Amino acid sequence: MSEIIGLTLVSIGLLFDFFGCFGLIRFPDVFNRLQAATKCVTLGTCFILVGTFVYLGPGAIGIKALIALAFIVVTTPTAAHAISRASHAAGVELDESTVVDKYAEEKD
Amino acid sequence: MRRAVIFVLSLITWLLLALPIDIVAWEIHWANLIAGIFASLIVALLFDEVFIKEHARAVNPLRYLWFLIYVPVFAYYCILANIDVVYRAIHPDMPIKPGIVKIKTDLTTNSALTALANSITLTPGTLTVDVDFENEENILYVHWINVKTTDVDEASEIIAGRFEGLIRRIFE
Repeated sequence: MSEIIGLTLVSIGLLFDFFGCFGLIRFPDVFNRLQAATKCVTLGTCFILVGTFVYLGPGAIGIKALIALAFIVVTTPTAAHAISRASHAAGVELDESTVVDKYAEEKD
Repeated sequence: MRRAVIFVLSLITWLLLALPIDIVAWEIHWANLIAGIFASLIVALLFDEVFIKEHARAVNPLRYLWFLIYVPVFAYYCILANIDVVYRAIHPDMPIKPGIVKIKTDLTTNSALTALANSITLTPGTLTVDVDFENEENILYVHWINVKTTDVDEASEIIAGRFEGLIRRIFE
Protein backbone atom coordinates (compact mmCIF):
# COMPACT_ATOMS: atom_id res chain seq x y z
CA MET A 1 0.00 0.00 0.00
CA SER A 2 2.70 2.48 0.98
CA GLU A 3 4.50 1.58 -2.23
CA ILE A 4 1.52 2.62 -4.33
CA ILE A 5 1.00 5.89 -2.47
CA GLY A 6 4.72 6.65 -2.55
CA LEU A 7 5.05 6.03 -6.26
CA THR A 8 1.89 8.07 -6.97
CA LEU A 9 3.37 11.01 -5.04
CA VAL A 10 6.66 10.69 -6.93
CA SER A 11 4.73 10.66 -10.22
CA ILE A 12 2.76 13.81 -9.27
CA GLY A 13 6.05 15.44 -8.32
CA LEU A 14 7.61 14.58 -11.66
CA LEU A 15 4.55 16.01 -13.42
CA PHE A 16 4.88 19.31 -11.54
CA ASP A 17 8.61 19.40 -12.25
CA PHE A 18 7.91 18.83 -15.93
CA PHE A 19 5.34 21.64 -16.10
CA GLY A 20 7.71 23.88 -14.18
CA CYS A 21 10.35 23.39 -16.86
CA PHE A 22 7.66 23.87 -19.49
CA GLY A 23 6.73 27.23 -17.99
CA LEU A 24 10.40 28.12 -17.69
CA ILE A 25 10.70 27.82 -21.46
CA ARG A 26 7.36 29.37 -22.42
CA PHE A 27 7.07 32.42 -20.16
CA PRO A 28 8.39 35.67 -21.62
CA ASP A 29 10.78 37.32 -19.14
CA VAL A 30 13.07 36.59 -16.20
CA PHE A 31 10.45 37.27 -13.53
CA ASN A 32 7.71 35.14 -15.05
CA ARG A 33 10.19 32.36 -15.62
CA LEU A 34 11.31 32.54 -12.02
CA GLN A 35 7.67 32.13 -10.99
CA ALA A 36 7.46 28.84 -12.86
CA ALA A 37 10.92 27.73 -11.76
CA THR A 38 10.39 28.42 -8.05
CA LYS A 39 6.81 27.34 -7.50
CA CYS A 40 6.41 24.27 -9.65
CA VAL A 41 9.89 22.90 -9.13
CA THR A 42 9.72 23.40 -5.36
CA LEU A 43 6.37 21.67 -5.06
CA GLY A 44 7.38 18.95 -7.50
CA THR A 45 10.54 18.20 -5.56
CA CYS A 46 8.59 18.27 -2.29
CA PHE A 47 6.17 15.70 -3.68
CA ILE A 48 9.08 13.48 -4.77
CA LEU A 49 10.68 13.72 -1.31
CA VAL A 50 7.40 13.04 0.51
CA GLY A 51 6.86 10.12 -1.86
CA THR A 52 10.31 8.82 -0.95
CA PHE A 53 9.43 9.13 2.73
CA VAL A 54 6.15 7.23 2.26
CA TYR A 55 7.79 4.58 0.09
CA LEU A 56 10.75 3.86 2.37
CA GLY A 57 9.08 4.51 5.72
CA PRO A 58 10.52 6.52 8.62
CA GLY A 59 14.00 5.01 8.39
CA ALA A 60 17.36 6.70 7.90
CA ILE A 61 16.69 7.69 4.28
CA GLY A 62 13.05 8.69 4.76
CA ILE A 63 13.84 11.15 7.54
CA LYS A 64 16.71 12.62 5.52
CA ALA A 65 14.24 13.18 2.69
CA LEU A 66 12.03 15.23 5.04
CA ILE A 67 15.01 17.28 6.22
CA ALA A 68 15.97 17.94 2.59
CA LEU A 69 12.36 19.07 2.01
CA ALA A 70 12.58 21.63 4.83
CA PHE A 71 15.82 23.05 3.41
CA ILE A 72 14.43 23.25 -0.13
CA VAL A 73 11.31 25.09 1.03
CA VAL A 74 13.44 27.66 2.85
CA THR A 75 16.21 28.15 0.29
CA THR A 76 14.43 28.16 -3.10
CA PRO A 77 12.33 31.31 -2.55
CA THR A 78 15.36 33.04 -1.07
CA ALA A 79 17.38 32.24 -4.18
CA ALA A 80 14.52 33.39 -6.43
CA HIS A 81 14.32 36.62 -4.48
CA ALA A 82 18.06 37.20 -4.90
CA ILE A 83 17.95 36.49 -8.65
CA SER A 84 14.90 38.68 -9.30
CA ARG A 85 16.29 41.59 -7.29
CA ALA A 86 19.69 41.32 -8.95
CA SER A 87 18.22 41.17 -12.45
CA HIS A 88 16.00 44.19 -11.74
CA ALA A 89 18.99 46.10 -10.42
CA ALA A 90 21.05 45.07 -13.45
CA GLY A 91 18.40 46.56 -15.71
CA VAL A 92 16.87 43.42 -17.17
CA GLU A 93 13.81 44.60 -19.07
CA LEU A 94 10.35 43.34 -18.25
CA ASP A 95 8.21 41.81 -20.95
CA GLU A 96 5.93 44.03 -23.08
CA SER A 97 2.81 42.52 -21.51
CA THR A 98 3.83 43.93 -18.11
CA VAL A 99 1.14 46.31 -16.88
CA VAL A 100 2.85 48.02 -13.96
CA ASP A 101 6.33 48.32 -12.44
CA LYS A 102 6.02 50.09 -9.11
CA TYR A 103 9.55 49.05 -8.19
CA ALA A 104 11.15 51.03 -11.02
CA GLU A 105 8.82 53.99 -10.39
CA GLU A 106 9.67 54.21 -6.70
CA LYS A 107 13.38 53.64 -7.09
CA ASP A 108 13.93 56.42 -9.63
CA MET B 1 20.42 30.54 27.63
CA ARG B 2 20.73 31.33 23.97
CA ARG B 3 23.57 28.80 23.71
CA ALA B 4 21.31 26.19 25.29
CA VAL B 5 18.63 26.81 22.66
CA ILE B 6 21.15 26.45 19.84
CA PHE B 7 22.57 23.31 21.47
CA VAL B 8 19.15 21.65 21.69
CA LEU B 9 18.21 22.56 18.11
CA SER B 10 21.53 21.25 16.74
CA LEU B 11 21.21 18.06 18.75
CA ILE B 12 17.68 17.47 17.40
CA THR B 13 18.98 17.96 13.86
CA TRP B 14 21.80 15.50 14.56
CA LEU B 15 19.40 12.94 16.03
CA LEU B 16 17.23 13.14 12.91
CA LEU B 17 20.15 13.04 10.50
CA ALA B 18 22.31 10.36 12.07
CA LEU B 19 19.64 8.37 13.97
CA PRO B 20 21.85 7.18 16.84
CA ILE B 21 18.77 5.77 18.58
CA ASP B 22 17.26 2.79 16.78
CA ILE B 23 13.53 3.09 17.52
CA VAL B 24 12.59 -0.35 16.19
CA ALA B 25 15.19 -2.40 18.06
CA TRP B 26 15.42 0.18 20.90
CA GLU B 27 19.16 0.32 20.76
CA ILE B 28 21.38 3.33 21.38
CA HIS B 29 24.61 3.77 19.43
CA TRP B 30 26.61 5.56 22.10
CA ALA B 31 29.58 6.58 19.94
CA ASN B 32 27.25 8.25 17.46
CA LEU B 33 25.25 9.99 20.19
CA ILE B 34 28.36 11.31 21.98
CA ALA B 35 29.80 12.59 18.70
CA GLY B 36 26.50 14.42 18.16
CA ILE B 37 26.63 16.00 21.61
CA PHE B 38 30.19 17.22 20.96
CA ALA B 39 29.29 18.58 17.52
CA SER B 40 26.26 20.42 18.95
CA LEU B 41 28.41 21.87 21.75
CA ILE B 42 30.91 23.23 19.22
CA VAL B 43 28.10 24.74 17.12
CA ALA B 44 26.53 26.31 20.22
CA LEU B 45 29.85 27.84 21.28
CA LEU B 46 30.79 29.15 17.83
CA PHE B 47 27.48 30.46 16.53
CA ASP B 48 26.22 32.25 19.60
CA GLU B 49 25.95 35.68 17.97
CA VAL B 50 24.75 34.83 14.47
CA PHE B 51 21.89 32.44 14.98
CA ILE B 52 18.88 33.61 17.00
CA LYS B 53 18.58 37.22 18.12
CA GLU B 54 15.67 36.77 20.50
CA HIS B 55 16.12 33.37 22.07
CA ALA B 56 13.13 33.78 24.40
CA ARG B 57 10.84 33.48 21.39
CA ALA B 58 12.39 30.19 20.29
CA VAL B 59 11.41 28.39 23.49
CA ASN B 60 7.73 29.42 23.53
CA PRO B 61 5.81 26.19 22.74
CA LEU B 62 2.75 28.11 21.53
CA ARG B 63 4.75 29.32 18.52
CA TYR B 64 5.45 25.74 17.45
CA LEU B 65 1.75 24.96 17.77
CA TRP B 66 0.88 27.86 15.45
CA PHE B 67 3.62 26.66 13.13
CA LEU B 68 1.91 23.26 12.93
CA ILE B 69 -1.31 25.04 11.91
CA TYR B 70 0.59 27.19 9.44
CA VAL B 71 2.09 24.20 7.58
CA PRO B 72 -1.18 22.74 6.17
CA VAL B 73 -2.57 26.23 5.39
CA PHE B 74 0.63 27.02 3.54
CA ALA B 75 0.67 23.66 1.74
CA TYR B 76 -2.93 24.23 0.58
CA TYR B 77 -2.16 27.63 -0.94
CA CYS B 78 1.11 26.33 -2.35
CA ILE B 79 -0.68 23.56 -4.27
CA LEU B 80 -3.34 26.03 -5.49
CA ALA B 81 -0.54 28.33 -6.68
CA ASN B 82 1.10 25.55 -8.60
CA ILE B 83 -2.06 24.47 -10.38
CA ASP B 84 -2.59 28.13 -11.33
CA VAL B 85 0.94 28.53 -12.72
CA VAL B 86 0.77 25.19 -14.54
CA TYR B 87 -2.54 26.28 -16.09
CA ARG B 88 -0.96 29.51 -17.32
CA ALA B 89 2.10 27.69 -18.61
CA ILE B 90 0.23 25.10 -20.69
CA HIS B 91 -2.66 27.32 -21.89
CA PRO B 92 -2.12 28.04 -25.62
CA ASP B 93 -2.79 31.80 -25.20
CA MET B 94 -0.74 32.06 -22.01
CA PRO B 95 -3.14 34.28 -20.00
CA ILE B 96 -0.61 36.32 -18.03
CA LYS B 97 -0.77 39.96 -17.01
CA PRO B 98 2.49 40.47 -15.14
CA GLY B 99 3.59 43.50 -13.16
CA ILE B 100 5.46 44.55 -10.03
CA VAL B 101 3.19 45.93 -7.31
CA LYS B 102 3.95 47.40 -3.92
CA ILE B 103 2.42 46.01 -0.75
CA LYS B 104 2.85 47.03 2.85
CA THR B 105 2.90 44.93 5.96
CA ASP B 106 2.88 45.68 9.67
CA LEU B 107 5.25 42.84 10.51
CA THR B 108 8.49 44.24 11.93
CA THR B 109 11.01 41.55 12.93
CA ASN B 110 13.51 40.20 10.44
CA SER B 111 12.47 36.58 10.80
CA ALA B 112 8.78 37.43 10.29
CA LEU B 113 9.53 39.47 7.16
CA THR B 114 11.68 36.67 5.78
CA ALA B 115 8.93 34.14 6.40
CA LEU B 116 6.33 36.40 4.77
CA ALA B 117 8.52 37.09 1.73
CA ASN B 118 9.24 33.37 1.28
CA SER B 119 5.57 32.45 1.71
CA ILE B 120 4.56 35.04 -0.89
CA THR B 121 7.13 33.68 -3.31
CA LEU B 122 5.77 30.15 -3.02
CA THR B 123 2.08 31.04 -3.35
CA PRO B 124 -0.41 32.22 -5.99
CA GLY B 125 1.43 33.89 -8.85
CA THR B 126 3.56 36.14 -6.71
CA LEU B 127 7.31 36.58 -6.28
CA THR B 128 8.96 38.92 -3.77
CA VAL B 129 11.50 41.18 -5.51
CA ASP B 130 12.59 43.45 -2.68
CA VAL B 131 11.89 44.38 0.93
CA ASP B 132 12.18 48.01 1.96
CA PHE B 133 11.51 50.27 4.91
CA GLU B 134 9.68 53.48 4.12
CA ASN B 135 7.62 56.01 6.10
CA GLU B 136 7.87 53.78 9.19
CA GLU B 137 6.28 50.89 7.31
CA ASN B 138 7.74 47.78 5.80
CA ILE B 139 7.24 47.63 2.05
CA LEU B 140 7.46 44.58 -0.16
CA TYR B 141 7.76 44.78 -3.93
CA VAL B 142 6.04 41.79 -5.41
CA HIS B 143 6.05 40.51 -8.98
CA TRP B 144 2.51 39.37 -9.72
CA ILE B 145 1.79 37.12 -12.68
CA ASN B 146 -1.84 38.27 -12.96
CA VAL B 147 -2.18 41.84 -11.64
CA LYS B 148 -5.67 42.32 -10.21
CA THR B 149 -5.13 45.72 -8.61
CA THR B 150 -2.33 48.27 -8.30
CA ASP B 151 -3.76 49.80 -5.13
CA VAL B 152 -1.35 49.28 -2.23
CA ASP B 153 -3.95 48.36 0.41
CA GLU B 154 -6.01 46.07 -1.79
CA ALA B 155 -2.92 44.29 -3.10
CA SER B 156 -1.61 43.88 0.46
CA GLU B 157 -4.87 42.25 1.50
CA ILE B 158 -4.96 39.88 -1.47
CA ILE B 159 -1.30 38.87 -1.41
CA ALA B 160 -0.19 39.03 2.22
CA GLY B 161 -3.48 39.05 4.17
CA ARG B 162 -3.90 35.32 4.46
CA PHE B 163 -0.46 34.74 6.00
CA GLU B 164 0.15 37.84 8.09
CA GLY B 165 -1.92 36.77 11.10
CA LEU B 166 -0.33 33.34 11.38
CA ILE B 167 3.21 34.59 10.79
CA ARG B 168 2.77 37.26 13.44
CA ARG B 169 1.78 34.59 15.95
CA ILE B 170 4.75 32.41 15.02
CA PHE B 171 7.61 34.89 14.69
CA GLU B 172 6.70 38.11 16.50
